[in-house]
Amino acid sequence: MIPVCRLEDLPAGESVRIATTPPIAVFRTEDGELYAIDDTCTHQDASLSEGWLEGCLVECPLHAASFDLRTGEPTCLPARRPVRTHRVTVEDGVVHVHLGAEEGTAA
Amino acid sequence: MRTVTIVGASLAGLHAARELRAQGFDGRLVIVGEEPHHPYDRPPLSKDFLTGRADESRLALTDADETAGLDAEWLLGVRARGLDTRGRTVVLDDGRTVSTDGVVIATGAAARRLPGDSPAGIHTLRTLDDARALRADLSRGPRRVVVIGGGFIGAETASSCARLGHEVTVVEAAPLPLVPQLGAPMAAVCAALHRRGGVELVTGTGVAGLRGTTAVTGVDLTDGRALPADLVIVGIGAVPNTAWLAGSTLALHDGVLCDDGCVTALPQVVAVGDVARVGGARTEHWTSATEQPRVAVTNLLAGHTRTTARPLPYFWSDQYDSRIQFAGRYREGDTVQVTEGEITDDGAPGESGFLARYERDGRTVAVLGVDRPRAFMRARRELQRAEGERGERAAAPAAL
Ligand SMILES: Cc1cc2nc3c(=O)[nH]c(=O)nc-3n(C[C@H](O)[C@H](O)[C@H](O)COP(=O)(O)OP(=O)(O)OC[C@H]3O[C@@H](n4cnc5c(N)ncnc54)[C@H](O)[C@@H]3O)c2cc1C
Ligand code: FES
Repeated sequence: MIPVCRLEDLPAGESVRIATTPPIAVFRTEDGELYAIDDTCTHQDASLSEGWLEGCLVECPLHAASFDLRTGEPTCLPARRPVRTHRVTVEDGVVHVHLGAEEGTAA
Repeated sequence: MRTVTIVGASLAGLHAARELRAQGFDGRLVIVGEEPHHPYDRPPLSKDFLTGRADESRLALTDADETAGLDAEWLLGVRARGLDTRGRTVVLDDGRTVSTDGVVIATGAAARRLPGDSPAGIHTLRTLDDARALRADLSRGPRRVVVIGGGFIGAETASSCARLGHEVTVVEAAPLPLVPQLGAPMAAVCAALHRRGGVELVTGTGVAGLRGTTAVTGVDLTDGRALPADLVIVGIGAVPNTAWLAGSTLALHDGVLCDDGCVTALPQVVAVGDVARVGGARTEHWTSATEQPRVAVTNLLAGHTRTTARPLPYFWSDQYDSRIQFAGRYREGDTVQVTEGEITDDGAPGESGFLARYERDGRTVAVLGVDRPRAFMRARRELQRAEGERGERAAAPAAL
């Protein structure tokens, strides 16, 4: 479980990148939902936390592949593989990311 | 339409195949490609592939599942040699012919070469085979590399060679590289990246000739200087692959001439990607090659120009650990100002990059971002929206 930031420091429509290996992007949608996915686009090499957030989709800032934050699946080319998703919780006003199962214990 | 033939099996050709199936074409689909390889992505060739950070498997543009789904006949490793005057027969180099109802021309461009014979050690960088050969040459220990041409591909290749530990000099005939694309002030900022990467940039002089008989040993410059070299990379632009269309009825002039809907003078022949001169302009960008096929295929299936597209040009380039992104259309005389981030005293981008806006008649016509992806993306979207609105106004019938 990794602390990310205080909830009030992540306004709706914004994102933060945490420098884990590999890095993770945490999003707060306009509706206030929190999601975390692997930050690096599966197409080539761009940071999805820098992407364009629209509803539950984030568009990659380099070649505009779009990913569904709920599933990590790409919804359009050029990305063909999903990004991993991670569970997010808020405890005592602090946003935490729980690394996905495949991640093992590395943190 | 029962048979459609796509000539050129790369980025634009593959996207055309996808669009044909997505838009309901269920007839026979033939894809002719001169290279023996299945479609692969070129941009990494001068970047991560050259430095060894990405291997060949990362270049593939499609996989077995998708290929099966496209249900196409792939004729790879064979060149198209001609198109009959009615655009109904594609003639192949091996003598075969393909009778067809529709044609998508997606033959791209080829690296321009220096005139005359080349000794060993001279490279261009356009295809996977070019990149394999260059990578193999670069892996034989530290070399003195001269890159001829300071455009995007020259600059990226120089950056990759420097990263691999080679001693690199870039020769550019103009007083500054990239001026037509970026304008002088921003071209100067990008030129400063070479210095930062430890690469020497020699400008304002052309190449008089190459030295060496069996293998290259140096480059003679028109200003009288000679640069020693073990390896020379020629990055002086690309020429559209239209030679095979000589003898057809199509108009060829720096590309295949088409209207704003990618349609040629023959309604059942469309052109897309680097080879297409759409509405008066040819763009050699990855994004155009992926966007044009949608419009082209709609019009091909309709049998006339039903929709047009004038997408905002966009390209990116990775050099010396910096990511350059540019969108819009720069014209000489546009003013430019940095609106976010900064340029340092040595004329290079600051630590956190910058965003610059180009203006003409009081409105933004282009944006440049260096290591500023989020700001760039927002600015690019604004520009797209503004352009779309202007386009709609222009298309609206004039009031009486
Ligand atoms: C090294 C490199 C780096 C690049 N980096 C960037 C970048 O960072 N950003 C960016 O926006 N763009 C970049 N580009 C440009 C981008 O790759 C091109 O715009 C894109 O590949 C164009 O696709 P295309 O399908 O139109 O043409 P091409 O990719 O050129 O494909 C044309 C295909 O047609 C085949 N062909 C040609 N003639 C015939 C014939 N007679 N019969 C059958 N087949 C034929 C060719 O063999 C080729 O496979 C780069 C290009 C290169 C070479
Ligand atoms: S790197 Fe994300 S779409 Fe290409």
